Amino acid sequence: MSADTTVDNSATDDNHGDGETRRDFLYLTAAAFGAVGAASFAWPLVDQMNPAADTLALSSTEVDLSPIEEGQAITVVWRGKPVFIRHRTAKEIEEAQAVDVADLRDPETDGDRVHEGQEKWLVMVGICTHLGCVPLGQKNTDVKGEYDGWFCPCHGSHYDSSGRIRKGPAPKNLGVPEYSFVTDTTIKIG
Amino acid sequence: MKRLSMIKITLSFMVLVLAFAPQAQASEGSHDLEEQHWSFSGPFGTFDRGALQRGFQVYTQVCAACHSLKYLSYRNLSDLGYDESQIKAIAAENTAMDGPNDEGEMFERPMRPSDAFKSPYSNDQEARYANNGALPPDLSLIAKARAGGADYIYGILTGYEEPPEGVVLGNGQHWNKVMPGNKIAMAAPLSDDIVGYSDESPTTKEQYSRDVAQFLTWAAEPKMEIRKRTGIKVILFLLVFAGIMYAVKRKIWVGVKH
Amino acid sequence: MSSGNREKLNNPMMEWVDSRLPIFSLLQKEYGVFPTPKNFNYLWNFGAIAMVMLVMMIVTGIVLAMSYATTTAEAFNSVERIMRDVNHGWMLRYIHANGSSFFFIAVYIHIFRGMYYGSYKQPRELLWILGVLIFLLMMATAFMGYVLPWGQMSFWGATVITNLFSAIPLVGDSIVTLLWGGFSIDNPTLNRFFSLHYLFPFLIVAVVFLHVWALHVTGSNNPLGIEPKGKQDTLPFHPYYTMKDSFGVVVFLVIFAGFTFFAPNYLGHPDNYIPADPLVTPTHIVPEWYFLPFYAILRAITFDIGIPLTSIVFIPAKLGGVLMMFGSIAMLFILPFLDKHPVRSACFRPWYKMALIIFVVDVFILGICGGKPAEGLWVPLAQFCTAYYFAFFLVIIPFLNKKEPVLALPNSINEAVLNKKVA
Repeated sequence: MSADTTVDNSATDDNHGDGETRRDFLYLTAAAFGAVGAASFAWPLVDQMNPAADTLALSSTEVDLSPIEEGQAITVVWRGKPVFIRHRTAKEIEEAQAVDVADLRDPETDGDRVHEGQEKWLVMVGICTHLGCVPLGQKNTDVKGEYDGWFCPCHGSHYDSSGRIRKGPAPKNLGVPEYSFVTDTTIKIG
Repeated sequence: MKRLSMIKITLSFMVLVLAFAPQAQASEGSHDLEEQHWSFSGPFGTFDRGALQRGFQVYTQVCAACHSLKYLSYRNLSDLGYDESQIKAIAAENTAMDGPNDEGEMFERPMRPSDAFKSPYSNDQEARYANNGALPPDLSLIAKARAGGADYIYGILTGYEEPPEGVVLGNGQHWNKVMPGNKIAMAAPLSDDIVGYSDESPTTKEQYSRDVAQFLTWAAEPKMEIRKRTGIKVILFLLVFAGIMYAVKRKIWVGVKH
Repeated sequence: MSSGNREKLNNPMMEWVDSRLPIFSLLQKEYGVFPTPKNFNYLWNFGAIAMVMLVMMIVTGIVLAMSYATTTAEAFNSVERIMRDVNHGWMLRYIHANGSSFFFIAVYIHIFRGMYYGSYKQPRELLWILGVLIFLLMMATAFMGYVLPWGQMSFWGATVITNLFSAIPLVGDSIVTLLWGGFSIDNPTLNRFFSLHYLFPFLIVAVVFLHVWALHVTGSNNPLGIEPKGKQDTLPFHPYYTMKDSFGVVVFLVIFAGFTFFAPNYLGHPDNYIPADPLVTPTHIVPEWYFLPFYAILRAITFDIGIPLTSIVFIPAKLGGVLMMFGSIAMLFILPFLDKHPVRSACFRPWYKMALIIFVVDVFILGICGGKPAEGLWVPLAQFCTAYYFAFFLVIIPFLNKKEPVLALPNSINEAVLNKKVA
């Protein structure tokens, strides 16, 4: 059809004073309601991607430490991530405590990273803080890096026996999850 | 005038569709359900926490012997007003098979709040075998899976009668005035005073039935309260919005002859 | 869509884009100043409402798919997980489930409006045919979507509807096996239904685009059914109809929200809360309400068609039912070519108006029949209504072409509008 686009608009052109303000206010209110409505509808669409109730309910894990002998380590799964639990030897603890914190890239004392009185238990999220690989060092046969701790083979980060970054590209120490001792030999992670 | 009649036609069309749709689908079951009054009926209805807890008690002590509730977890009991330690204790009354452990063996452990409700049978075959070949249905969704919902559950539980003269019941069959076809494999599960309540509620068959019907309605639709609360907000918002849009529309159309 | 005589835009950013891809000019032309008859009534809102419902179905569907598991073992469980554990999952699922019903309500009213005001007539035949195609795609999408929760009605509805194809002579059974990917409805079937249920809405979007394109070539019909003669008969689409449509959409959403939040299972069937069981058929299988009239037509053919008093059968009852059901939709496709009466709007066609009102009542009765067990009086009633359904298209409309008097129409939309105001 011939697009006859010039349309008589004069009927609505009451461009004077009061009418104009009232109309503008009305349009603004309508636009605000439209925006609020759209946002309220959009939020559930986005929030449904957050962890569901059943996922959250599984977010804590209890671990029995009694079978782990000195010098041994186990890896447990917590929230889908590996958690390193190491029963440290006296030598390892001594090494970790002897480090001068001022020399560290991410300064933390060994005491900050373990529970008081339970220094032999080191619990960490076993994910390299560089780009998320799982470092070696859990098995006795593993390469443990230059600092007798863990070594990430992806890009060569070395962690010490307290899981602190000592050499390589990683910016931070291996993370310590929130955990508590339920009994002397049981911990609850998360 | 013309426009008004068009609106009327449109609205009546919608009303007709919406009114006929479920009637047209209603199943042929002629069971006469008595409509009960429930606290959760209506747009503002909420669950009665006391009744839910009592109903849970009846479920645990009676129904759970045969019927699973597999879509519920113990953690869901917080909706009923139990606190974390109570839920832990309730969960720990049952054990779950877990494993394998480091030696490759399966082992039993006390249940946790994150575990699903313990099922009375390990599979449907076992359930059938233990119940004369009839499978006790899972009750998680029973209130939504039967026309009538809570009324139906109450009706079944209180609907046991002597069969009318001339009706012969097979082995393991019972007469129930509410059950479609009137023959039901479940023996009357409730009778007075079989469950002790800690509150003042009467320990009668009717009270048990009412309570468990409410509990199972919650179990089928645990989000009902938030659904209705959200709905009221949404509808109020939309009504105001509709009013504003009507004003906008009128303002724009003022002076246009159409 | 040519950028030939484009007007420059004031905003430099928009101008930069527009001079390379004249999208703002296009929007301005097709939705800004697009001349639209000024005498629409509220029935003209349902195109926009249907569009909103389509968008709502797609976005809720996409997010539901994030938590849905496409295996027969997990489908039902995953839907329950959405209802119980996923954040806002209950709301998203109820919007999606009730949304299909309200999408169909909007589209049925939209179709009725087209029939009442003769919107399918020359030069809008293709516009109408594209619309019927959308309707057909919607039915396929809705049918496959209903299978996904893997409840009893899902399973048995899928079984019954896919078995329709077995009525096709010679190759029917092979086609059914192909559709199933096995020897019954099972995992492969569920997977392909999910895949297609995800695909089809985008096909619908594509056809909607063509539908709107065709609309913008011919321009809209209007309640008087006469073409606008000039600018005194039309208004720019924006803001007149954008705002009127928005009002209509919000009112529609109020009713939709009422069902979604306060009676979310009213339009559903309780049996679909029972997990699918291939060994137990529900006593009474019914499709969703929006399919019931067609389901009734399917079941109305209870007799073989052949030479009476002999055993020669041309069309067995099963094939007859299937043919009639697809034929009932084919009627909609060919409607523009059946109705040759020069007047569009039923306002000026009292005979057609009467026949159409009876047709609507007829479809309602078919819908009720479709939901009842196929026994007793329901069968002959459905047969009678099926007969009227086809007679409306194949007998009454051709008859009216010849016999219905052509009444005097108003000279222009503007004149009719002004006269109405005086009267």
